[in-house]
Amino acid sequence: MSRRYRDTRAAWAFLAPNAVLVVVFLLVPLGWAFVLSFQAKRPFGPGTFTGLDNLSRLLADDVFWRAALNTAVFTVVTVPLTVVLGLAIALLLDKAMPGRTVARTIVYLPIVVSTVVVALIGLLLFDESIGIVNGVLRGLGVGPVSWQSNGALAMISVMLVVLWTRVGFALLIYLAALQDVDPEMLEAAQVDGAGPWVLVRRMIVPTLRPTTFFLVVVNVIWSFQIFDIVYVMTNGGPGYSTTMLVSYAYDQGFGPARNFGYGATVGVVLFLLTLVVTLVQLRGQRRHEPAVEG
Amino acid sequence: MPTWVRVLVATVVTVVFALPLYAMVVVAFTPRDLLLDDGAGLWSSEWTTANFTGLFDAYPIWRWFGNALLVAGLTTVLSVVVNLLAGYALAKLRFAGRTAAFVVVLATLMIPTQAVMIPQFQVVSALGLVGFFWAVILPSASTALGIFLARQFFLAIPDELVDAAKVDGCTTFGAFRRVVLPLSRPLLAVMTLLAFMTQWNDFLWPLIALRDPDLYTLPVALRFLQGAYDADYGGIMAMALLSSIPLLVMFVLLQRWFVAGLSRSGLK
Repeated sequence: MSRRYRDTRAAWAFLAPNAVLVVVFLLVPLGWAFVLSFQAKRPFGPGTFTGLDNLSRLLADDVFWRAALNTAVFTVVTVPLTVVLGLAIALLLDKAMPGRTVARTIVYLPIVVSTVVVALIGLLLFDESIGIVNGVLRGLGVGPVSWQSNGALAMISVMLVVLWTRVGFALLIYLAALQDVDPEMLEAAQVDGAGPWVLVRRMIVPTLRPTTFFLVVVNVIWSFQIFDIVYVMTNGGPGYSTTMLVSYAYDQGFGPARNFGYGATVGVVLFLLTLVVTLVQLRGQRRHEPAVEG
Repeated sequence: MPTWVRVLVATVVTVVFALPLYAMVVVAFTPRDLLLDDGAGLWSSEWTTANFTGLFDAYPIWRWFGNALLVAGLTTVLSVVVNLLAGYALAKLRFAGRTAAFVVVLATLMIPTQAVMIPQFQVVSALGLVGFFWAVILPSASTALGIFLARQFFLAIPDELVDAAKVDGCTTFGAFRRVVLPLSRPLLAVMTLLAFMTQWNDFLWPLIALRDPDLYTLPVALRFLQGAYDADYGGIMAMALLSSIPLLVMFVLLQRWFVAGLSRSGLK
Protein backbone atom coordinates (compact mmCIF):
# COMPACT_ATOMS: atom_id res chain seq x y z
CA MET A 1 0.00 0.00 0.00
CA SER A 2 1.36 3.40 -0.89
CA ARG A 3 2.22 5.80 1.90
CA ARG A 4 -0.37 8.23 0.64
CA TYR A 5 -3.16 5.77 1.30
CA ARG A 6 -1.67 4.10 4.38
CA ASP A 7 -4.82 4.65 6.47
CA THR A 8 -7.31 3.05 4.08
CA ARG A 9 -8.46 0.22 6.36
CA ALA A 10 -8.74 2.40 9.43
CA ALA A 11 -10.55 5.08 7.43
CA TRP A 12 -13.26 2.71 6.27
CA ALA A 13 -13.69 1.48 9.81
CA PHE A 14 -14.15 5.11 10.95
CA LEU A 15 -16.61 5.78 8.15
CA ALA A 16 -18.55 2.52 8.26
CA PRO A 17 -21.15 3.30 10.98
CA ASN A 18 -22.05 6.55 9.29
CA ALA A 19 -22.03 5.03 5.83
CA VAL A 20 -24.40 2.25 6.89
CA LEU A 21 -26.89 4.77 8.29
CA VAL A 22 -26.67 7.02 5.22
CA VAL A 23 -27.11 4.13 2.80
CA VAL A 24 -29.97 2.46 4.66
CA PHE A 25 -31.95 5.53 5.69
CA LEU A 26 -31.18 8.02 2.93
CA LEU A 27 -29.72 6.59 -0.28
CA VAL A 28 -31.86 3.44 -0.47
CA PRO A 29 -35.03 5.49 0.18
CA LEU A 30 -33.93 7.97 -2.47
CA GLY A 31 -33.50 5.23 -5.06
CA TRP A 32 -36.72 3.60 -3.92
CA ALA A 33 -38.57 6.90 -4.28
CA PHE A 34 -37.83 6.82 -8.01
CA VAL A 35 -39.09 3.21 -8.23
CA LEU A 36 -42.25 4.11 -6.31
CA SER A 37 -42.92 7.03 -8.61
CA PHE A 38 -43.54 4.51 -11.40
CA GLN A 39 -45.87 2.40 -9.25
CA ALA A 40 -49.40 2.31 -7.93
CA LYS A 41 -48.63 1.46 -4.33
CA ARG A 42 -50.71 1.47 -1.16
CA PRO A 43 -49.27 0.89 2.33
CA PHE A 44 -50.16 -2.82 2.17
CA GLY A 45 -49.66 -5.26 -0.66
CA PRO A 46 -47.18 -5.12 -3.50
CA GLY A 47 -46.93 -2.21 -5.90
CA THR A 48 -47.76 -2.59 -9.56
CA PHE A 49 -45.81 -0.78 -12.22
CA THR A 50 -47.94 1.74 -14.01
CA GLY A 51 -45.29 3.47 -16.08
CA LEU A 52 -45.70 7.21 -16.25
CA ASP A 53 -49.25 7.26 -14.82
CA ASN A 54 -48.18 9.11 -11.65
CA LEU A 55 -46.31 11.67 -13.68
CA SER A 56 -49.13 12.37 -16.11
CA ARG A 57 -51.57 12.61 -13.22
CA LEU A 58 -49.22 15.03 -11.51
CA LEU A 59 -48.94 17.29 -14.54
CA ALA A 60 -52.74 17.51 -14.77
CA ASP A 61 -53.22 17.93 -11.00
CA ASP A 62 -54.38 21.44 -10.13
CA VAL A 63 -53.65 20.96 -6.43
CA PHE A 64 -50.06 19.96 -7.21
CA TRP A 65 -49.54 23.09 -9.30
CA ARG A 66 -51.14 25.18 -6.60
CA ALA A 67 -48.78 23.67 -4.03
CA ALA A 68 -45.80 24.29 -6.33
CA LEU A 69 -46.88 27.90 -6.88
CA ASN A 70 -47.45 28.44 -3.15
CA THR A 71 -44.00 27.03 -2.36
CA ALA A 72 -42.43 29.28 -5.01
CA VAL A 73 -44.22 32.41 -3.76
CA PHE A 74 -43.38 31.55 -0.18
CA THR A 75 -39.69 31.09 -1.09
CA VAL A 76 -39.44 34.23 -3.22
CA VAL A 77 -40.96 36.38 -0.46
CA THR A 78 -39.40 34.93 2.68
CA VAL A 79 -35.79 34.32 1.58
CA PRO A 80 -34.90 37.91 0.58
CA LEU A 81 -36.75 39.34 3.59
CA THR A 82 -34.96 36.95 5.96
CA VAL A 83 -31.55 37.86 4.56
CA VAL A 84 -32.17 41.62 4.42
CA LEU A 85 -33.66 41.79 7.92
CA GLY A 86 -30.86 39.59 9.26
CA LEU A 87 -28.24 41.91 7.78
CA ALA A 88 -30.01 45.09 8.92
CA ILE A 89 -30.31 43.85 12.50
CA ALA A 90 -26.72 42.59 12.42
CA LEU A 91 -25.46 46.05 11.39
CA LEU A 92 -27.63 47.56 14.11
CA LEU A 93 -26.36 45.22 16.84
CA ASP A 94 -22.73 44.94 15.71
CA LYS A 95 -21.45 48.08 17.43
CA ALA A 96 -21.42 48.48 21.19
CA MET A 97 -24.55 49.91 22.80
CA PRO A 98 -26.44 49.40 26.04
CA GLY A 99 -28.51 46.21 26.09
CA ARG A 100 -26.86 44.78 22.98
CA THR A 101 -26.40 41.30 24.42
CA VAL A 102 -30.01 41.09 25.56
CA ALA A 103 -31.26 42.25 22.17
CA ARG A 104 -29.17 39.63 20.36
CA THR A 105 -30.29 36.87 22.69
CA ILE A 106 -33.96 37.71 22.19
CA VAL A 107 -33.71 37.70 18.40
CA TYR A 108 -31.81 34.37 18.59
CA LEU A 109 -34.29 32.67 20.91
CA PRO A 110 -36.80 31.46 18.28
CA ILE A 111 -33.97 29.34 16.79
CA VAL A 112 -34.25 26.90 19.70
CA VAL A 113 -38.05 26.87 19.82
CA SER A 114 -39.61 23.91 17.99
CA THR A 115 -41.47 24.69 14.78
CA VAL A 116 -44.65 23.20 16.26
CA VAL A 117 -44.51 25.63 19.18
CA VAL A 118 -43.78 28.43 16.73
CA ALA A 119 -46.84 27.47 14.69
CA LEU A 120 -49.05 27.23 17.77
CA ILE A 121 -47.91 30.70 18.85
CA GLY A 122 -48.65 31.80 15.28
CA LEU A 123 -52.19 30.48 15.70
CA LEU A 124 -52.54 32.29 19.01
CA LEU A 125 -51.47 35.51 17.32
CA PHE A 126 -53.54 35.18 14.15
CA ASP A 127 -56.66 33.33 15.33
CA GLU A 128 -59.48 35.33 13.76
CA SER A 129 -61.85 35.34 16.68
CA ILE A 130 -59.75 35.22 19.85
CA GLY A 131 -56.22 35.87 18.55
CA ILE A 132 -53.94 38.56 19.90
CA VAL A 133 -53.35 40.46 16.67
CA ASN A 134 -57.04 40.96 16.02
CA GLY A 135 -57.54 41.79 19.71
CA VAL A 136 -54.97 44.57 19.48
CA LEU A 137 -56.46 45.79 16.18
CA ARG A 138 -59.93 45.78 17.74
CA GLY A 139 -58.58 47.99 20.49
CA LEU A 140 -57.43 50.39 17.77
CA GLY A 141 -60.86 50.22 16.12
CA VAL A 142 -59.65 48.14 13.14
CA GLY A 143 -60.74 44.74 11.90
CA PRO A 144 -61.44 41.98 12.48
CA VAL A 145 -58.90 40.93 9.83
CA SER A 146 -59.70 37.53 8.27
CA TRP A 147 -56.26 35.92 8.80
CA GLN A 148 -57.71 32.42 8.57
CA SER A 149 -60.56 32.64 6.04
CA ASN A 150 -58.76 34.74 3.44
CA GLY A 151 -56.15 32.76 1.51
CA ALA A 152 -53.74 35.62 0.83
CA LEU A 153 -53.87 36.80 4.44
CA ALA A 154 -53.36 33.25 5.70
CA MET A 155 -50.22 33.03 3.54
CA ILE A 156 -49.01 36.36 4.89
CA SER A 157 -49.55 35.21 8.48
CA VAL A 158 -47.49 32.06 7.79
CA MET A 159 -44.73 34.15 6.22
CA LEU A 160 -44.59 36.52 9.19
CA VAL A 161 -44.30 33.64 11.62
CA VAL A 162 -41.57 32.00 9.52
CA LEU A 163 -39.63 35.28 9.41
CA TRP A 164 -39.78 35.43 13.18
CA THR A 165 -38.02 32.04 13.43
CA ARG A 166 -35.49 32.52 10.63
CA VAL A 167 -34.16 36.05 11.06
CA GLY A 168 -32.28 35.01 14.22
CA PHE A 169 -30.13 32.52 12.31
CA ALA A 170 -29.33 35.09 9.61
CA LEU A 171 -28.42 37.59 12.33
CA LEU A 172 -26.14 35.08 14.01
CA ILE A 173 -24.32 34.19 10.79
CA TYR A 174 -23.96 37.84 9.75
CA LEU A 175 -22.64 38.92 13.15
CA ALA A 176 -19.99 36.20 12.93
CA ALA A 177 -19.07 37.29 9.41
CA LEU A 178 -18.89 40.97 10.39
CA GLN A 179 -16.00 40.06 12.71
CA ASP A 180 -13.98 39.46 9.54
CA VAL A 181 -14.70 42.83 7.95
CA ASP A 182 -11.48 44.81 8.15
CA PRO A 183 -12.08 47.84 10.43
CA GLU A 184 -9.08 49.69 8.97
CA MET A 185 -10.61 49.50 5.51
CA LEU A 186 -13.82 51.03 6.86
CA GLU A 187 -11.92 53.76 8.73
CA ALA A 188 -9.94 54.64 5.63
CA ALA A 189 -13.15 54.95 3.65
CA GLN A 190 -14.67 57.14 6.36
CA VAL A 191 -11.61 59.41 6.31
CA ASP A 192 -12.17 59.71 2.56
CA GLY A 193 -15.65 61.01 3.32
CA ALA A 194 -17.80 57.91 2.72
CA GLY A 195 -21.17 58.10 4.56
CA PRO A 196 -22.69 55.13 6.38
CA TRP A 197 -24.92 54.12 3.46
CA VAL A 198 -21.99 54.11 1.05
CA LEU A 199 -19.95 52.07 3.53
CA VAL A 200 -22.70 49.45 3.75
CA ARG A 201 -23.37 49.28 0.01
CA ARG A 202 -19.84 49.55 -1.37
CA MET A 203 -17.77 47.83 1.32
CA ILE A 204 -19.75 45.74 3.79
CA VAL A 205 -22.26 44.07 1.47
CA PRO A 206 -19.59 43.03 -1.10
CA THR A 207 -17.34 41.68 1.67
CA LEU A 208 -20.23 39.66 3.07
CA ARG A 209 -21.16 38.18 -0.31
CA PRO A 210 -20.12 34.56 0.54
CA THR A 211 -22.13 34.75 3.77
CA THR A 212 -25.18 36.07 1.97
CA PHE A 213 -24.79 33.33 -0.60
CA PHE A 214 -24.70 30.68 2.12
CA LEU A 215 -27.79 32.15 3.79
CA VAL A 216 -29.71 32.29 0.52
CA VAL A 217 -28.89 28.66 -0.27
CA VAL A 218 -29.93 27.28 3.12
CA ASN A 219 -33.03 29.46 3.35
CA VAL A 220 -34.13 28.38 -0.13
CA ILE A 221 -33.71 24.74 0.88
CA TRP A 222 -35.63 25.32 4.13
CA SER A 223 -38.38 27.10 2.22
CA PHE A 224 -38.73 24.28 -0.28
CA GLN A 225 -39.07 21.92 2.68
CA ILE A 226 -41.57 24.01 4.63
CA PHE A 227 -44.09 21.74 6.32
CA ASP A 228 -44.39 21.89 10.12
CA ILE A 229 -45.53 25.49 10.47
CA VAL A 230 -48.10 25.25 7.70
CA TYR A 231 -49.39 21.88 8.86
CA VAL A 232 -50.05 23.11 12.40
CA MET A 233 -51.03 26.69 11.67
CA THR A 234 -53.31 26.45 8.62
CA ASN A 235 -53.25 22.77 7.59
CA GLY A 236 -52.82 24.06 4.04
CA GLY A 237 -56.01 26.09 4.11
CA PRO A 238 -58.23 27.86 3.63
CA GLY A 239 -58.88 25.68 0.58
CA TYR A 240 -55.41 25.01 -0.79
CA SER A 241 -54.11 28.55 -0.38
CA THR A 242 -51.23 27.59 1.93
CA THR A 243 -50.68 23.99 0.79
CA MET A 244 -46.97 23.47 0.08
CA LEU A 245 -45.19 20.70 -1.82
CA VAL A 246 -44.23 18.77 1.31
CA SER A 247 -47.74 19.20 2.75
CA TYR A 248 -49.14 17.73 -0.43
CA ALA A 249 -46.68 14.82 -0.47
CA TYR A 250 -47.54 14.13 3.18
CA ASP A 251 -51.29 14.27 2.52
CA GLN A 252 -50.98 11.89 -0.42
CA GLY A 253 -48.75 9.42 1.41
CA PHE A 254 -50.01 9.54 4.98
CA GLY A 255 -53.38 11.28 4.74
CA PRO A 256 -56.64 9.50 3.90
CA ALA A 257 -55.47 8.89 0.30
CA ARG A 258 -52.58 6.71 1.51
CA ASN A 259 -51.18 6.67 -1.99
CA PHE A 260 -47.48 5.88 -1.57
CA GLY A 261 -46.75 5.89 -5.30
CA TYR A 262 -48.22 9.29 -5.96
CA GLY A 263 -46.88 10.80 -2.72
CA ALA A 264 -43.39 9.55 -3.61
CA THR A 265 -43.74 11.15 -7.05
CA VAL A 266 -44.35 14.54 -5.42
CA GLY A 267 -41.28 13.85 -3.25
CA VAL A 268 -39.14 13.07 -6.31
CA VAL A 269 -40.22 16.36 -7.89
CA LEU A 270 -39.26 18.16 -4.68
CA PHE A 271 -35.85 16.46 -4.67
CA LEU A 272 -35.18 17.33 -8.32
CA LEU A 273 -36.25 20.94 -7.76
CA THR A 274 -33.95 21.26 -4.73
CA LEU A 275 -31.10 19.74 -6.70
CA VAL A 276 -31.54 21.97 -9.76
CA VAL A 277 -32.02 25.21 -7.82
CA THR A 278 -29.05 24.50 -5.55
CA LEU A 279 -26.79 23.63 -8.48
CA VAL A 280 -27.88 26.75 -10.36
CA GLN A 281 -27.09 28.84 -7.28
CA LEU A 282 -23.69 27.17 -6.90
CA ARG A 283 -22.88 27.93 -10.54
CA GLY A 284 -23.97 31.52 -10.13
CA GLN A 285 -21.71 31.78 -7.11
CA ARG A 286 -18.73 30.29 -8.93
CA ARG A 287 -18.98 32.98 -11.57
CA HIS A 288 -18.49 35.59 -8.84
CA GLU A 289 -15.70 33.91 -6.92
CA PRO A 290 -12.77 31.64 -7.61
CA ALA A 291 -13.56 28.12 -6.43
CA VAL A 292 -12.33 27.42 -2.92
CA GLU A 293 -10.96 24.00 -2.13
CA GLY A 294 -13.19 22.33 0.53
CA MET B 1 -26.77 57.11 13.21
CA PRO B 2 -26.65 58.71 16.66
CA THR B 3 -26.54 56.19 19.48
CA TRP B 4 -29.97 57.10 20.82
CA VAL B 5 -31.59 56.35 17.46
CA ARG B 6 -29.83 52.99 17.32
CA VAL B 7 -30.92 52.17 20.85
CA LEU B 8 -34.50 53.15 19.97
CA VAL B 9 -34.58 51.02 16.82
CA ALA B 10 -32.94 48.12 18.65
CA THR B 11 -35.56 48.39 21.39
CA VAL B 12 -38.41 48.22 18.88
CA VAL B 13 -36.82 45.20 17.15
CA THR B 14 -36.27 43.45 20.47
CA VAL B 15 -39.84 44.06 21.62
CA VAL B 16 -41.28 42.77 18.34
CA PHE B 17 -39.16 39.62 18.52
CA ALA B 18 -39.94 39.06 22.20
CA LEU B 19 -43.71 39.50 21.84
CA PRO B 20 -44.65 36.01 20.58
CA LEU B 21 -42.79 34.24 23.40
CA TYR B 22 -44.13 36.75 25.89
CA ALA B 23 -47.67 36.10 24.61
CA MET B 24 -47.16 32.36 25.09
CA VAL B 25 -46.24 32.90 28.74
CA VAL B 26 -49.15 35.29 29.44
CA VAL B 27 -51.74 33.01 27.84
CA ALA B 28 -50.38 29.93 29.60
CA PHE B 29 -51.27 31.61 32.93
CA THR B 30 -54.58 33.15 31.85
CA PRO B 31 -57.83 31.48 33.05
CA ARG B 32 -59.72 29.59 30.36
CA ASP B 33 -62.95 31.55 30.82
CA LEU B 34 -61.22 34.86 30.28
CA LEU B 35 -59.61 33.60 27.07
CA LEU B 36 -62.87 32.35 25.66
CA ASP B 37 -64.84 35.48 26.64
CA ASP B 38 -62.40 38.28 25.87
CA GLY B 39 -59.91 36.62 23.55
CA ALA B 40 -56.18 36.28 24.16
CA GLY B 41 -54.32 39.43 25.10
CA LEU B 42 -50.94 40.74 26.16
CA TRP B 43 -52.00 41.06 29.78
CA SER B 44 -54.58 39.38 31.99
CA SER B 45 -56.73 40.62 34.84
CA GLU B 46 -56.44 37.26 36.60
CA TRP B 47 -53.74 34.61 36.76
CA THR B 48 -53.97 30.86 37.24
CA THR B 49 -51.93 27.68 37.12
CA ALA B 50 -55.02 25.64 36.23
CA ASN B 51 -53.88 25.28 32.61
CA PHE B 52 -50.82 23.36 33.83
CA THR B 53 -52.57 21.23 36.44
CA GLY B 54 -55.30 20.42 33.91
CA LEU B 55 -52.64 19.13 31.51
CA PHE B 56 -50.99 16.89 34.08
CA ASP B 57 -54.38 15.53 35.18
CA ALA B 58 -55.55 14.60 31.72
CA TYR B 59 -52.43 13.59 29.77
CA PRO B 60 -49.23 11.58 30.30
CA ILE B 61 -47.06 14.69 30.35
CA TRP B 62 -44.20 13.13 32.30
CA ARG B 63 -44.16 10.18 29.95
CA TRP B 64 -43.92 12.49 26.93
CA PHE B 65 -41.05 14.35 28.55
CA GLY B 66 -39.37 11.03 29.28
CA ASN B 67 -39.81 9.94 25.66
CA ALA B 68 -38.39 13.24 24.42
CA LEU B 69 -35.40 12.97 26.72
CA LEU B 70 -34.73 9.34 25.81
CA VAL B 71 -35.07 9.87 22.05
CA ALA B 72 -33.09 13.11 21.97
CA GLY B 73 -30.47 11.70 24.35
CA LEU B 74 -29.88 8.46 22.44
CA THR B 75 -29.89 10.26 19.09
CA THR B 76 -27.33 12.73 20.42
CA VAL B 77 -24.96 10.04 21.65
CA LEU B 78 -25.19 8.02 18.44
CA SER B 79 -25.02 11.11 16.26
CA VAL B 80 -21.94 12.52 17.98
CA VAL B 81 -20.12 9.18 17.76
CA VAL B 82 -20.79 8.40 14.09
CA ASN B 83 -20.30 11.98 12.85
CA LEU B 84 -17.17 12.47 14.94
CA LEU B 85 -15.57 9.32 13.50
CA ALA B 86 -16.55 10.18 9.93
CA GLY B 87 -15.35 13.77 10.29
CA TYR B 88 -12.01 12.52 11.64
CA ALA B 89 -11.53 10.13 8.73
CA LEU B 90 -12.34 12.88 6.22
CA ALA B 91 -9.98 15.34 7.90
CA LYS B 92 -6.99 13.32 9.06
CA LEU B 93 -6.80 9.86 7.51
CA ARG B 94 -5.17 9.24 4.16
CA PHE B 95 -7.10 6.86 1.94
CA ALA B 96 -8.25 6.43 -1.61
CA GLY B 97 -11.68 7.91 -2.15
CA ARG B 98 -11.46 10.58 0.53
CA THR B 99 -12.51 13.34 -1.85
CA ALA B 100 -15.29 11.18 -3.25
CA ALA B 101 -16.56 10.41 0.26
CA PHE B 102 -16.60 14.10 1.08
CA VAL B 103 -18.51 14.86 -2.12
CA VAL B 104 -21.10 12.26 -1.11
CA VAL B 105 -21.50 14.01 2.25
CA LEU B 106 -21.95 17.33 0.45
CA ALA B 107 -24.48 15.77 -1.88
CA THR B 108 -26.61 14.37 0.95
CA LEU B 109 -27.25 18.00 1.91
CA MET B 110 -29.38 18.21 -1.21
CA ILE B 111 -31.61 15.25 -0.34
CA PRO B 112 -34.42 16.66 1.77
CA THR B 113 -35.75 14.02 4.16
CA GLN B 114 -39.17 15.39 3.32
CA ALA B 115 -38.69 14.26 -0.28
CA VAL B 116 -37.95 10.66 0.66
CA MET B 117 -40.21 10.25 3.69
CA ILE B 118 -42.49 7.68 2.07
CA PRO B 119 -39.78 5.21 0.98
CA GLN B 120 -37.97 5.94 4.26
CA PHE B 121 -41.10 4.87 6.10
CA GLN B 122 -41.16 1.66 4.04
CA VAL B 123 -37.52 0.94 4.91
CA VAL B 124 -38.20 1.51 8.60
CA SER B 125 -41.30 -0.72 8.37
CA ALA B 126 -39.37 -3.46 6.58
CA LEU B 127 -36.78 -3.39 9.37
CA GLY B 128 -39.61 -3.82 11.89
CA LEU B 129 -38.80 -0.53 13.63
CA VAL B 130 -42.20 1.18 13.44
CA GLY B 131 -43.56 1.63 16.94
CA PHE B 132 -40.08 1.73 18.45
CA PHE B 133 -37.96 4.74 19.28
CA TRP B 134 -35.23 3.38 17.00
CA ALA B 135 -37.46 4.32 14.06
CA VAL B 136 -36.81 7.94 14.99
CA ILE B 137 -33.28 7.61 16.33
CA LEU B 138 -31.48 5.70 13.58
CA PRO B 139 -32.53 7.81 10.56
CA SER B 140 -31.61 11.05 12.37
CA ALA B 141 -28.16 10.11 13.62
CA SER B 142 -25.96 10.83 10.62
CA THR B 143 -26.05 14.50 9.70
CA ALA B 144 -23.99 16.33 7.10
CA LEU B 145 -23.77 19.27 9.51
CA GLY B 146 -22.28 17.09 12.24
CA ILE B 147 -19.70 15.65 9.85
CA PHE B 148 -18.77 19.14 8.63
CA LEU B 149 -18.31 20.52 12.12
CA ALA B 150 -16.12 17.58 13.09
CA ARG B 151 -14.06 17.68 9.89
CA GLN B 152 -13.46 21.42 10.20
CA PHE B 153 -12.35 21.10 13.79
CA PHE B 154 -9.98 18.19 13.10
CA LEU B 155 -8.44 19.91 10.07
CA ALA B 156 -7.09 22.52 12.49
CA ILE B 157 -5.30 19.91 14.62
CA PRO B 158 -1.67 19.52 13.51
CA ASP B 159 -0.76 16.24 11.78
CA GLU B 160 2.48 16.11 13.78
CA LEU B 161 0.50 15.50 16.95
CA VAL B 162 -1.20 12.45 15.48
CA ASP B 163 2.01 11.19 13.86
CA ALA B 164 3.92 11.53 17.13
CA ALA B 165 1.33 9.38 18.88
CA LYS B 166 1.71 6.74 16.19
CA VAL B 167 5.49 6.78 16.52
CA ASP B 168 4.93 6.12 20.22
CA GLY B 169 3.05 2.96 19.23
CA CYS B 170 -0.57 4.10 19.11
CA THR B 171 -2.89 2.59 16.54
CA THR B 172 -4.91 4.96 14.36
CA PHE B 173 -7.83 4.62 16.72
CA GLY B 174 -5.57 4.89 19.75
CA ALA B 175 -4.13 8.17 18.49
CA PHE B 176 -7.64 9.46 17.93
CA ARG B 177 -8.87 8.42 21.34
CA ARG B 178 -5.87 9.37 23.47
CA VAL B 179 -4.47 12.40 21.71
CA VAL B 180 -7.16 14.02 19.56
CA LEU B 181 -10.29 13.36 21.57
CA PRO B 182 -9.09 15.07 24.77
CA LEU B 183 -8.49 18.22 22.67
CA SER B 184 -11.97 18.08 21.20
CA ARG B 185 -14.15 19.19 24.11
CA PRO B 186 -15.38 22.38 22.43
CA LEU B 187 -16.34 20.36 19.36
CA LEU B 188 -18.14 17.77 21.47
CA ALA B 189 -20.08 20.49 23.30
CA VAL B 190 -21.21 22.10 20.06
CA MET B 191 -22.14 18.82 18.36
CA THR B 192 -24.04 17.65 21.44
CA LEU B 193 -26.09 20.84 21.71
CA LEU B 194 -26.98 20.95 18.04
CA ALA B 195 -27.90 17.26 17.82
CA PHE B 196 -29.99 17.44 20.98
CA MET B 197 -31.80 20.58 19.88
CA THR B 198 -32.55 19.17 16.43
CA GLN B 199 -34.02 15.94 17.74
CA TRP B 200 -35.90 17.53 20.65
CA ASN B 201 -37.70 19.79 18.15
CA ASP B 202 -38.09 17.43 15.19
CA PHE B 203 -41.69 16.95 14.12
CA LEU B 204 -42.42 15.48 10.69
CA TRP B 205 -40.50 12.22 10.98
CA PRO B 206 -41.62 11.39 14.56
CA LEU B 207 -45.18 12.19 13.41
CA ILE B 208 -44.84 9.55 10.72
CA ALA B 209 -42.88 6.94 12.64
CA LEU B 210 -44.44 7.10 16.12
CA ARG B 211 -48.06 6.10 15.76
CA ASP B 212 -48.77 5.34 19.41
CA PRO B 213 -49.58 8.31 21.76
CA ASP B 214 -47.56 6.55 24.47
CA LEU B 215 -44.45 6.96 22.33
CA TYR B 216 -44.94 10.59 21.33
CA THR B 217 -42.12 13.09 21.60
CA LEU B 218 -43.05 16.65 22.60
CA PRO B 219 -43.78 18.27 19.21
CA VAL B 220 -46.00 15.34 18.19
CA ALA B 221 -47.71 15.45 21.59
CA LEU B 222 -48.33 19.16 21.10
CA ARG B 223 -49.96 18.53 17.75
CA PHE B 224 -52.10 15.86 19.43
CA LEU B 225 -53.11 18.33 22.16
CA GLN B 226 -53.94 20.93 19.53
CA GLY B 227 -56.65 18.57 18.28
CA ALA B 228 -57.82 17.68 21.79
CA TYR B 229 -57.94 21.24 23.12
CA ASP B 230 -59.39 22.86 20.01
CA ALA B 231 -59.43 26.61 20.77
CA ASP B 232 -58.36 26.31 24.42
CA TYR B 233 -55.11 28.21 24.00
CA GLY B 234 -54.44 28.23 27.74
CA GLY B 235 -53.75 24.49 27.87
CA ILE B 236 -51.89 24.49 24.57
CA MET B 237 -49.64 27.39 25.56
CA ALA B 238 -48.96 25.78 28.92
CA MET B 239 -47.65 22.69 27.14
CA ALA B 240 -45.83 24.77 24.51
CA LEU B 241 -44.09 26.66 27.31
CA LEU B 242 -43.17 23.50 29.23
CA SER B 243 -41.74 21.83 26.13
CA SER B 244 -39.70 24.92 25.20
CA ILE B 245 -38.25 25.72 28.62
CA PRO B 246 -35.39 23.20 28.60
CA LEU B 247 -33.87 24.50 25.37
CA LEU B 248 -34.59 28.15 26.15
CA VAL B 249 -32.77 27.81 29.47
CA MET B 250 -29.92 25.85 27.89
CA PHE B 251 -29.60 28.51 25.20
CA VAL B 252 -29.41 31.39 27.63
CA LEU B 253 -26.87 29.58 29.83
CA LEU B 254 -24.76 28.11 27.02
CA GLN B 255 -25.28 30.77 24.38
CA ARG B 256 -21.57 30.93 23.58
CA TRP B 257 -21.52 27.27 22.51
CA PHE B 258 -24.75 27.47 20.53
CA VAL B 259 -23.54 30.56 18.70
CA ALA B 260 -20.15 28.98 18.00
CA GLY B 261 -21.78 25.86 16.59
CA LEU B 262 -24.41 27.60 14.53
CA SER B 263 -22.03 30.17 13.10
CA ARG B 264 -19.54 27.48 12.14
CA SER B 265 -22.29 25.72 10.23
CA GLY B 266 -21.63 28.34 7.56
CA LEU B 267 -19.48 26.12 5.34
CA LYS B 268 -16.17 27.84 5.01
